Amino acid sequence: MATTPAARQRRDRSDSGGPPPLPAPEAAREWLATMLLIRRFEERAGELYAKAKIGGFLHLAIGEEATIVGAARALRDSDYLISTYRSHGHAIARGTSPNAVMAELFGKQDGCSRGRGGSMHMFDLARRFMGGYGIVGGNLPIAAGFGLSADLLRTDDATLCMFGDGASNQGTFGETMNLAALWRLPVVFMVSNNQFGMGTALARHSAVTDLQRKGESFGVPGVRCDGMDVADTHRTIVDALHRARDERQPVLVEAVTYRFRGHSMADPEEYRTREQVAEWRRRDPIALWSARLIEASVLDQAGVDQLDAEAVVKVDEAVAFADASPFPTPESLYDDVYVLGDQVRGWYSVDERSPGVHRGEHERAMDVDPRMQEEYDQHAAGPHDSGDAPRPADDAHDVAPGGRTHDGERGG
Amino acid sequence: MAVLRYRDALNQALREELTRDERVFLMGEDIGVFNGAYKVTAGLLEEFGEARVRDTPISENTIVGMGVGAAMTGTRPVVELMTINFSLLALDQIVNHAAHIHYMFGGQAKVPLVVRMPQGAGHQLGPTHSHSFEALYLHVPGLLVAVPSTPADAKGLLKSAIRDDNPVIFIEHEYLYGQRGDVPDDGDHLVPFGKAAVRREGEDVTIVGISRMALTASRAAEVLADEHDVSAEVIDPRTLRPLDLDTILASVRKTNRCVIVEEGWPHGGVGANLAALIQEQAFDDLDAPVGRVTGADVPMPYSKPLEQIAFPHEPQVVAAALATLRDI
Repeated sequence: MATTPAARQRRDRSDSGGPPPLPAPEAAREWLATMLLIRRFEERAGELYAKAKIGGFLHLAIGEEATIVGAARALRDSDYLISTYRSHGHAIARGTSPNAVMAELFGKQDGCSRGRGGSMHMFDLARRFMGGYGIVGGNLPIAAGFGLSADLLRTDDATLCMFGDGASNQGTFGETMNLAALWRLPVVFMVSNNQFGMGTALARHSAVTDLQRKGESFGVPGVRCDGMDVADTHRTIVDALHRARDERQPVLVEAVTYRFRGHSMADPEEYRTREQVAEWRRRDPIALWSARLIEASVLDQAGVDQLDAEAVVKVDEAVAFADASPFPTPESLYDDVYVLGDQVRGWYSVDERSPGVHRGEHERAMDVDPRMQEEYDQHAAGPHDSGDAPRPADDAHDVAPGGRTHDGERGG
Repeated sequence: MAVLRYRDALNQALREELTRDERVFLMGEDIGVFNGAYKVTAGLLEEFGEARVRDTPISENTIVGMGVGAAMTGTRPVVELMTINFSLLALDQIVNHAAHIHYMFGGQAKVPLVVRMPQGAGHQLGPTHSHSFEALYLHVPGLLVAVPSTPADAKGLLKSAIRDDNPVIFIEHEYLYGQRGDVPDDGDHLVPFGKAAVRREGEDVTIVGISRMALTASRAAEVLADEHDVSAEVIDPRTLRPLDLDTILASVRKTNRCVIVEEGWPHGGVGANLAALIQEQAFDDLDAPVGRVTGADVPMPYSKPLEQIAFPHEPQVVAAALATLRDI
């Protein structure tokens, strides 16, 4: 069974020797603002998924905001961040506009992956957010490749690779740990242990549940942080990045956290009890951080409410932006399959010249087949009241403004 | 012109590109101290050092994945896998990642990665070391696929592959490594992707040979000329993605008959794909059904006589070509 938060907390404290100090007030407020923005963004995404404005799978990071913000704020701008299919918040924390993330969820032209990736495949090269990846464990070798590039190009950019507890069972985990340690690559591996690999509890999927130890036999030392405490996460990742960057010692950080929602929106959550969820919600990372800042007089309740209201406004704007953004044109279907140049000017797909089939790169220069256009128009018109059955809506809000959990209880 | 073995032509290509562009580096199992399982990388560790010629552990998926990551962030990795069968361990990184990253992230990231590996039967290596999987990679949009059959093409295509911004599956052949051929030695020898080579001109039947089978097709054409008075045109596509369909169609429109020869399996093979394209584009020009000569539809057996009948030789190609000429 999953370790209780209290037991984890006791161990974390003994590991780190006391609560982490507060950052400068401006940073403390910004961390809270970003966690609130992610929370409100995710809640709204859940609602819009239920209304079929968002397709595919939708994996929300509600409850895991401190792992995202604490980690992202430990990075330099030139460092690389790479994550998983649960990465709306990672993009936002890295500085990608929520507008572009929401537009991606809507499958629109102005999405951060131009509507090609969707929820699981966010990307922002300019901000060195190197992607959400849909294959569990698929991002680990790629992260090590970023480290290898930094080595070869003689930069001191480090890489932070985030993944879930489930990924620690993939072959790429062991292979990548070994290579990162062998070649002394500047990479921090961060396993966000949210207690479940989809619906399978940690103790039912991993023989070793002390995940920080899973890299040891490969030469990657581990450390644990409280993933519900943004400051503890930040302090731990700062330290790990220092070891990776300056001592060329890759580190595995286990951030102990919990996802308050199901694995995806299509998750009846039959694998855990309401009591367990309620217990973890008492350690809501946003409520904890709000309480700590109020206690330290960095903010008062009105200040927290103000940040929350601003987050809601940003999310409103993101939805309006995504709604207004056009779908990618049918002519753009074949864009970016290849990098075109002298070598590849186009390619034969099924058939370049006969009507009614896909014609590869040259399709752009030709009229779109009327049957394709008809199909496109139908879907571009959006969900219809009669057609698409509404999906079950999740509870609307996880945290009330001011750091109270959704049932009104003060967190902390 | 210099006469070089295929493996030495590849070695030259790697050496020249390592010299030309410091972002290029090699990694793979036993490519350094051991000089490569097939000696393609011989001497390169000594010349370029262990930062750029990297021996890796036996972790195919992760080696390729690291190549993907390194390629996304400013370097140009060339990954060697010991045989194409081992590339199946890396299919996730090749297909889900290398091939898709440019598209799924809206064109932001490029993956200038080359994955080199040999394929092919004939050395009694049995069912896990002998297959031909060009059809598997041909299937995937986002990949370029090269199947050089001569030393000159091996060198020229590899140099082009390393300079290209797309992920390239570069398929060599175990049998071909020891084959000799003329290689231009004046200046930068580059062979463009998407340009087929007409190995022999002819009037009666077009024979398309893939990878090593381009050589088998040429030998079959000699037999057809010497013993059957049949003039065969032999085409080596050299790359399967992009494919130079125009050259193949022009030939078929001239000869009105076509046979495709490949070492891989028949179902979903290169020949199946090409035959479909040809009948769609040149149905009225065909005087006979498109013929296919393929590897046997079995895992590659070890026993020598069995192995030898499990992949195509000249007599089967000759018979298939003659079959297209029957009853005219």
